[in-house]
Amino acid sequence: MRMILNRLLQAVLVAFTVGLLTFIMIRLLPGDVAYRIAAGRYGYDVVDSAAAAKVAAELDLNKPAIQALGLWLYDLLRLDLGTSLVSGEPVWDELVMQLGHTLQLAVTAIFLSLLIGPPLGILAGLNRGGFLDRGLMLVSTALRALPQFVVGLGLIVIFGLMLNLLPTAGHTHGSHLILPAVTLALGLAAVSAQVARDAMVDVEQSQFYRFARTKGLPEGQVFTRHGLRNVAVPIVTYLGVQFIYLVEGVVVVESLFAWPGIGHALVHAIFGRDVPVIQGTALVMGLMFVALNAAVDGLCYIIDPRRRDA
Amino acid sequence: MTSLVSVQPFSVRFSPRKTLGLAILAGLVVFAFLPLVIGGADPLKQSLRLALQPPSSAAWFGYDHLGRSMAARLAAALRLSLGLALLSVVTAMVPGILLGVLAAWRGGFIDRAIGAVSESLLALPGLLLVLMLTAIVPDNPAMLYLGISLVLWIEYFRVTRALARPILQSPAVEASRLLGFGPVYILKRHVWPEIAAILLRLGAFGGASAIMAVAALGFVSVGVRPPTPELGLMMIELLPYYEEAPHALLQPIAVIFLMVLALQLLAAREKPGKERV
Repeated sequence: MRMILNRLLQAVLVAFTVGLLTFIMIRLLPGDVAYRIAAGRYGYDVVDSAAAAKVAAELDLNKPAIQALGLWLYDLLRLDLGTSLVSGEPVWDELVMQLGHTLQLAVTAIFLSLLIGPPLGILAGLNRGGFLDRGLMLVSTALRALPQFVVGLGLIVIFGLMLNLLPTAGHTHGSHLILPAVTLALGLAAVSAQVARDAMVDVEQSQFYRFARTKGLPEGQVFTRHGLRNVAVPIVTYLGVQFIYLVEGVVVVESLFAWPGIGHALVHAIFGRDVPVIQGTALVMGLMFVALNAAVDGLCYIIDPRRRDA
Repeated sequence: MTSLVSVQPFSVRFSPRKTLGLAILAGLVVFAFLPLVIGGADPLKQSLRLALQPPSSAAWFGYDHLGRSMAARLAAALRLSLGLALLSVVTAMVPGILLGVLAAWRGGFIDRAIGAVSESLLALPGLLLVLMLTAIVPDNPAMLYLGISLVLWIEYFRVTRALARPILQSPAVEASRLLGFGPVYILKRHVWPEIAAILLRLGAFGGASAIMAVAALGFVSVGVRPPTPELGLMMIELLPYYEEAPHALLQPIAVIFLMVLALQLLAAREKPGKERV
């Protein structure tokens, strides 16, 4: 219960922070805000003071700051995110579409990373000091020292341009998903493999694990009965930390691969000073982060019965 | 919590990993700052005649698509990244530690208030916060610096608070208090030695994430603006020419890889797999 309350509080804090920052943003836009926005909407050549006044009235730009902040946050509370300053479309409609794309990408990446990272890490941990262990250590250290966009660039150059196997940008059919998802998954897997490896080493050296072996259980059974669940807890817990990496990665990787998701929209909105879209996209990404963490809490609760008493 | 107290004091001898990290970092610093000492090409000077020239004995790093010296641009970009990272880490460290000690010392309302502020900042992924700050005042490296520091201080605050609380309640500190020593003495004598040991680790981690963030923002073109040399920006500028001049694209990639690797080697725990904080 406490956990759920904490996450809810966190969600409210995210909304408040985003709302406050975007409010400051709209107040601090250089030059006359109304003119800027009108210019963004109608083009620089056709802006006159009438258009600017209309924008000012529409966005409450003439009210005192505190009152305007109240209205701004009240709108946020009603989930009224306004309309895009550039396209004029309601932000909400654009978000729904983009969120679908982003979720598709994020879920595929998480799934792929879990498929790659923990199994390799567990194998490495079981054969500590072996060839796989050393190799994995080297590869994951190298991967962690490379920013995601460099990994993505490498994949584009190798698979897209040199081998001509996979498309590098766009989203029309399924194969477009592969490169961005693999880019994100590799980064995530590099960390989860190391976490899994360390956890496996810890578990293998524990007394209960050695006792299970001494009892004469076959290796496979020792692992499934005594190892798996214990190794799973740190991996899942660590997923929560990794989601920061995922959310940040979504911004960069979507821009790199022209994937029409939330991160791509956020970068574009920042480029065009489209404050309502910035607010909407940042809000959704922040809330996505909180929601994913809440899911991790729940998963830990299921895997680790010791937490239920606390 | 007990494992937190048993932090080893500063060891004079570095492990091979740390030595390697330190060596790479030192090499990069020399490369970055040597042009300032002995003079070198102007990183902004174009001469299209030299565009995309491969490395030669005269210019070891070749030239980029506008005929600007890659060596000079890499050095300038490194100075920007390292300088910004160092500045943000130091800016984050001082208030982070002070507030952490304050929260551990006074407890109660102050503890909860600062804790709430840090929680609310932590709720938003770091890069998002930096992105939004750069959107408030665009084209300004100061916002990058502010945003990164704003993200980094939380880590210092949390670790310091967790470390300082048991120390301040320990019998040793109580004895010092009974003997009449003031807070300055207690901080210097009891708290500081325990915190100092992890500063290097946290600083190296923070530096690495700062460098990554600056490069990522440059890469999606919302950070530093051209023609300022910046590693992420250089990559996106040189990407269209990768076929004619792969060396030019690979150079900033290699530099950022070495820089982050060096910091991660410095930050690595001595015994992996144990005492996870």
